[in-house]
Parts: sequence; structure tokens; C-alpha cells
Amino acid sequence: MGIALIIIVVLIVLLVVILIAMYNGLVKLRNKVENAWAQIDVQLKRRYDLIPNLVETVKGYAAHERETLEAVIAARNSAMTAGTPQEQAQAENVLSGTLKSLFALSEAYPDLKANQNFLNLQEELTSSEDRIAYARQFYNDTVNRYNTKIQTFPSVVLAGAFNFKQREYFEAEGEATGPVHVQF
Amino acid sequence: MYDQVSQNKRRSILLIAGFVVLVAAVAWAVTQLFALGPAGLVIALVIATATAFASYWKSDSVALAMSRAKPADPTTYARLHNLVEGLCIASGLPKPRVYVIDDIAPNAFATGRDPKHAAIAVTTGLLEKMNRVELEGVVAHELSHIKNYDILVSTLAVTMVGIIALVSDFAIRFMWWGGGRRNDNDRDGSGAGAIIAVVGFALLILSPLIAKIMQLAISRRREALADFSGVEMTRYPPGLISALEKLQADQTVVHSGSKATAHLWIEQPIARNEEEGRMSRFNRLFDTHPPLEERIAALREL
Repeated sequence: MGIALIIIVVLIVLLVVILIAMYNGLVKLRNKVENAWAQIDVQLKRRYDLIPNLVETVKGYAAHERETLEAVIAARNSAMTAGTPQEQAQAENVLSGTLKSLFALSEAYPDLKANQNFLNLQEELTSSEDRIAYARQFYNDTVNRYNTKIQTFPSVVLAGAFNFKQREYFEAEGEATGPVHVQF
Repeated sequence: MYDQVSQNKRRSILLIAGFVVLVAAVAWAVTQLFALGPAGLVIALVIATATAFASYWKSDSVALAMSRAKPADPTTYARLHNLVEGLCIASGLPKPRVYVIDDIAPNAFATGRDPKHAAIAVTTGLLEKMNRVELEGVVAHELSHIKNYDILVSTLAVTMVGIIALVSDFAIRFMWWGGGRRNDNDRDGSGAGAIIAVVGFALLILSPLIAKIMQLAISRRREALADFSGVEMTRYPPGLISALEKLQADQTVVHSGSKATAHLWIEQPIARNEEEGRMSRFNRLFDTHPPLEERIAALREL
């Protein structure tokens, strides 16, 4: 009698401990997803901050290429103010395109191409694009782990009870699919 | 991937245990040969344990110092820092310390005991010869060594293999010089003494070999594995492929590469004897890395 009671109590305590650990694991993973999403914004902001510098530097050498420069600024501003993630992704695509034409432009200006500041900015922007792509990749990897976790047994039981919802993947369209490798 | 991590942690513990046993055995051999008595064994055991733990905490500094690596300046080596940071974002790793080795031979390695205490070092030759995408492939390869905890096992091996080699070299030399004197006061000893001496001698000779095998066991297959998980990070196999091809075409050899650190590098840093002969098969047994052709071919299949 006494022994049976002890065994039951021990089993219940064990079950509770397992459930707590599982719940905490789910919360941890969900926070990781949030963090990965925030990381994308951090990297996007880094790129927005670099662009005015770049435009200023290019202006010093190729002021009459106003169209291209203005297109870059306009694309940056619309990407910064975009509301929904879809709009933002679209604006980002436009921005990447205008930046590409800006760098293509530099081919015609040897002085600009040799400018140390321009070269630094070019390196920073290239790595910024890489980081954005990598941040998205990491977000998707994390979402993948999280979604798998809340869909598989036994965590699916807890996920249902505590309303852990599936997350959506970041899906890039067209050119923005891979990391943008700019080769010089 | 997670299996890989726990396997590496298990291996590290085994490595430490094996190391302590081996050092103790060598120490026992030494004490038998030179009739130092049990006190010598105790001292040797203490030293073995102490060095094993010291190498857990400090072996990354040893590996870096042995290769004459210097911290990379963030402005001079902006591209390198940027690539490392970008790939850390992709893999969710904290950014490791970044080092540069002044050497024209293109090569790189990672070291440390866990991702939070990791470092990656590249030669200036690598920075010169690789373009951005290729460098990214190499850095991703090194970061996956960090992520998989390969660095823990292999840096432990650096200090341990180094110590074993040092001790046995020392003991063998000591025997040449001091061997004659010992014979006189051992004359009253029985046949058992002679047997023990032979066993001790064998252990002394074998220990570098054992150390070498230890080093090999942990290194060869993992290079190919790190190639794959590196590509998983960049999602761009051609980058690493063309980097490996450049390494293959390059004939220069890292100056500061030594036998103790050979297994750390992305490509074997020690010149290989090109002569074909009866020994070449045997020599290949002792390569720390699979041939580059095999690694490139495996990546092409992706």
C-alpha cells in the first residue's frame, strides 16, 4: 500500500517535471524564432544606414547621374516605410536592383572606382546583402525546427493545449532567393 | 548534426582519459627504466591530469601561438570580419575571435573548446588568393568545425600529442646518454627487471605512434563532414569547390604548420612526399586529411 502510493507520487512528479521541461523548450524555441525575425530587421536597418553615405560618395564623382541616385534613395525610403512584410520584400527587391545599377555605373568612373571610401562602402553593402540573406535563412531554419517540434509527438499535445501556432516561412521571390553575390 | 556534437563531446572525454592512461604508462616505463620508484609514478599521474585539464582551458591559445596567429584588425581585414559575421548570422553562432597568420601559403583553421570560446585563423595567403565567394566557403567550413564541436577534440589533441611527442623524445634521448650508468647499480636485479625495461622501451617507442593514431582517428572523416555542413551554411557549393581547387593547385606550404597542429587546418599543411613507391601507401595512412580530389568530387555530387 505505502510503496504503491510512493511509486504513484514519484511517477506524477516525474511527469510534471517532463511536462515543464517540454513547455520551457517550446517557449525557448518560439523566442528563438522571434529573435531570428528581429535579426532580419537589424540587418535591413544596417543597409538603410549605409545607403545615404554611398549616394553622397558617388555624387562627388558622378553628380550628373541623378536619375540612378534618386532611384536608390526613393527605393530605400519606400523600403523603410513599407507596411506589410510582403510590401517590404517587394521594396527590398527594388532596392537591390537600383543598387546593382549604381555599382554598374561606377564602372564608367575610374576615379570613383579607385576611391577608398567607395570601396569600403561597396564591401559593407555587399556583406549587408549577404547578412540579410543569411538572417532570412536562419529565420527559416529556426521556423523549420519550431514547426517540426509543435507538429510532432509528444510536444504536439502541449503545443495544442497552450496555443503554440505555426510560423510562416520567409519566401523570397525571383532574384532575391539566394544571397546576392556581387563579384568585382 | 546534434549526434555529431554529442559524439564529439564523448570523444573528448575518451581522449582525455586515454591521454592520462598513456602518459601514466609512459611515466611508469620511465620510472622502471630509471628506477625512480612509485613516487615518480604519482608525480607523473598528477602532471598528466593537470596538463589534460590545462589543455581543455588553454589549448586554443597554444594552437594559435604555435601557428603565430595574430588578432585580425577589423578595419584592415574588414572583408574577413564581415564574412565571419554574416555566416554566424546564418548558423546562429556567436562570432568567434578572428586571427590572421602572416604566411603566403593559403590555409585556415578553427580552434577553441566550445562555440563561445572559439577562434578562427586564416593565412594572409588565403586572403590574397581567394575571392569573396571562395573565402566564404572556407570560413563556413571552419565555422562548421566550431558548430560540430570538432574544435574541442582536435585542439585537445594538439596539446596532448605535443606533450606525448615531447616526453617520449626526451626519454629516448635521456636513455642514450644515461643508459650506461644505470646498468651498474641494476646488476643485482633479476630477469624481471630486464623484461620491464624492454616493455618500457617498447612503450616509449610506441607512444608517438599511438598519439598519431589518436590524432588520425578524430580528423579524416570530419573534414568531409565539415565541407558538407559548411555548404549547408552558404547554400553555395561552387564557392567551396573552387576554393579547394585553388588549394589543390597551390604548392606552397605553411611555415608554422607542425605535425602537432596538422589536423587542424583545412588542407594538410605539411609537404607530402610525391615519390611513388612501396612506402607511399603506408604514408597515406598517416595523412591527416582525405585527398582534396576526393573532397571536391564529393561536393560536386551535391
